[in-house]
Amino acid sequence: MSEQQYEKYYVPEQSVWPIVGAVALFLIAVGAGNFVVESTKGKEGYGGWILTAGLVVLLVMLIGWFRDQIEESMAGKYSAQLGRSYRQGMSWFIFSEIMFFAAFFGALFYTRMIAVPWLAGESNNAMTNEVLWPGFEAMWPLTQTPGGTTTQAMGWMGLPLVNTAILLISSVTAHFAHVALEEGKRARLKLFLGITIVLGLIFLFLQVEEYVHAYRDLGLMLTSGVYGNTFFMLTGFHGLHVTLGTLMLIIMFFRVLKGHFDKENQFAFQATSWYWHFVDVVWVILFVFVYII
Amino acid sequence: MSSVADDLHHDEHHDHKPAGIMRWLLTTNHKDIGTLYLWFAFIMFLVGGAMAMVIRAELFQPGLQIVEPNFFNQMTTVHGLIMVFGAVMPAFTGLANWMVPLMIGAPDMALPRMNNWSFWILPGAFLILLSSLFLEGGGPNFGWTFYAPLSTTFSNDSTALFVFSVHIMGISSIMGAINVIVTIFNMRAPGMTWMKMPMFVWTWLITAFLLIAVMPVLAGAVTMVLTDKYFGTSFFDAAGGGDPVMFQHIFWFFGHPEVYIMILPAFGIISHIVPTFSRKRLFGYSSMVYATASIALLSFIVWAHHMFTTGMPLFAEMFFMFATMLISVPTGVKVFNWVATMWRGSISYEMPMMFALAFIVLFTIGGFSGLMLAITPVDFQYHDTYFVVAHFHYVLVTGAVFSIMAAVYYWLPKWCGKMYDVTLAKWHFWCSMISVNLLFFPMHFVGLAGMPRRIPDYALQFADFNKWISIGGFAFGLSQLIFLALVIKASRKIGEPATAQVWDGAEGLEWEVPSPAPYHTFETPPEVK
Repeated sequence: MSEQQYEKYYVPEQSVWPIVGAVALFLIAVGAGNFVVESTKGKEGYGGWILTAGLVVLLVMLIGWFRDQIEESMAGKYSAQLGRSYRQGMSWFIFSEIMFFAAFFGALFYTRMIAVPWLAGESNNAMTNEVLWPGFEAMWPLTQTPGGTTTQAMGWMGLPLVNTAILLISSVTAHFAHVALEEGKRARLKLFLGITIVLGLIFLFLQVEEYVHAYRDLGLMLTSGVYGNTFFMLTGFHGLHVTLGTLMLIIMFFRVLKGHFDKENQFAFQATSWYWHFVDVVWVILFVFVYII
Repeated sequence: MSSVADDLHHDEHHDHKPAGIMRWLLTTNHKDIGTLYLWFAFIMFLVGGAMAMVIRAELFQPGLQIVEPNFFNQMTTVHGLIMVFGAVMPAFTGLANWMVPLMIGAPDMALPRMNNWSFWILPGAFLILLSSLFLEGGGPNFGWTFYAPLSTTFSNDSTALFVFSVHIMGISSIMGAINVIVTIFNMRAPGMTWMKMPMFVWTWLITAFLLIAVMPVLAGAVTMVLTDKYFGTSFFDAAGGGDPVMFQHIFWFFGHPEVYIMILPAFGIISHIVPTFSRKRLFGYSSMVYATASIALLSFIVWAHHMFTTGMPLFAEMFFMFATMLISVPTGVKVFNWVATMWRGSISYEMPMMFALAFIVLFTIGGFSGLMLAITPVDFQYHDTYFVVAHFHYVLVTGAVFSIMAAVYYWLPKWCGKMYDVTLAKWHFWCSMISVNLLFFPMHFVGLAGMPRRIPDYALQFADFNKWISIGGFAFGLSQLIFLALVIKASRKIGEPATAQVWDGAEGLEWEVPSPAPYHTFETPPEVK
């Protein structure tokens, strides 16, 4: 430990990528801010184009930044201490993601346990129900809102259950891939990494199917009151994270094909694997609280 | 002492840094990035201050005379957002960037490129927020707390831009906080054990935990506002089964830890300055650490004291009242420890100490008014009056801002290598000290008498007090120009050269490097005994 403390910490020279990334985020925010208004209010404008430009710049930045990073890593510039910095940084990033989901789970619990019963007259809200929302009864899933919008609930059997199984298995295969990497068994590593990616893609495909089913057959939409809101926001943000995770896995697959990573040098792989386990855990919680209970 | 520093000073020539603007745009150096944060915060402080001047000009006399009510609302909103996210938080992040690596003997922050990114996305976010003021229909006008339905049903179309700019501010804070935590966890010099860490490092570590825990929740809140306003969700709309009060729960779950994010680093700064100028060690170091951690933990279970008048069940009102009062215990430990540090010390009254003393007294006043507000039945009377405004300006202006000024006076010689201009400093302190109390103290009285906040007009009986409050406001604003002149002077290297230790009671690794601190420090870690 103390030996390593004296190892020189790699402080990178100036880099162009952060400022490119700052420009990208600026364009994305301006673009998205205008695009949202233009697309929902039917106004004319350039929001979509600015947003696209921002996303392109972001992509360029990500490619450039990671390329530099990979080159430096392969050149052996990184110390064990720097590796610890990266791992700790990634862990805290995942923690911040958990807190982001916590906000939406909080909204789910609050509406379900408090807001909906209160609107139906619980606690000291008899008059709220009587005067403002006469006849409204508390239920969950909220298939009829106080305002009168109706919908059908999404069951947990069928697609959601299959998807849960897929994601759980993919977490196991991701772990097997990691073990194979540690043991230096490259063929096994490629096999299990490949399976994980395929499972991720199947999950995403089925999730789209489920959304189509919800919109077309159940009339369950983003606008269907808090049940639809929490359902689509939670599964939607989760799906977004699975998409990102799958992309990361694909990049890892190509790096493995190029012969990157070994027992010592595997931060990117490890981070991707942690991220994948994280989206898996979020799904399990989501499956329990959004679908089953 | 100074000769040693001068010798070390000559070693500076191997600092290679590119000249011109590219140095600042591309930098990965913690000192450069710290400087950028601090200047950005100062500029935002002046911009947000200018908005406060508009507010005070309108309130100088009763009636509507200078600005439209809608513009007045935009001023109160953007003033709050800028001061919280643009001035106080970046200033503390700047101080952390500059001082944490120096204090723990690290060569830089742990993730230097990300550090650059987390700074440079901030100006863009505030450019968006400020330029939205010039849009048709104006900028955000729903208060910095953007309560639903003001921000959903009744807001204008700049709301989308507001949401995305808040997202970027959040991303910046989270990356900054991750960097601070990893630096402290992973890059302490050998021998720098947890309980030897300087208080500023401790308080920032705990602040960074709070940031990572609550900034994503803020991101969730603005996202729900966005979808409620534009995509037909009803998180905050009873017709769809949602609840506008839920917005307040989510917002204040972020918002209350946020106020400790803005005060814990201040506690750290004061815990450095008071011992230095009392020429004693900090009294009760370990109790300071535990008190900081307790405040941070408690900050997660008190959020609904902002919502006593929303009609929560009695049990919730009681719980949040008592939990809130509990926070005064660890805070009291801190104030006691600072006073005990000064007890029988050989105190000298340089400018950092003057600001620290002002902090202790005035922050405590803000703390006591907070305790009054914590009492549920009394809060029914105080809620949304100028008493609340007085309370949080005492803890944020004479608390957080004064501590930042104290920190600047304390470490400016280390950053610039020159002592500040003492005459200007005295003018700045006394003008600020007198005007800030003229500005905020009478707000207690008009608030108790029932003057509501965020309204551009008021009843005639409040006229005299408001005139004096406005005069205090203008004077406080102008006083900060003295500070600006002083900082520019020191950063242009005008003034008496500073020694490495600068203050004769100062202890810690940051005082062992020469003044100004060379571009790269502690490339090999020092040994801490």
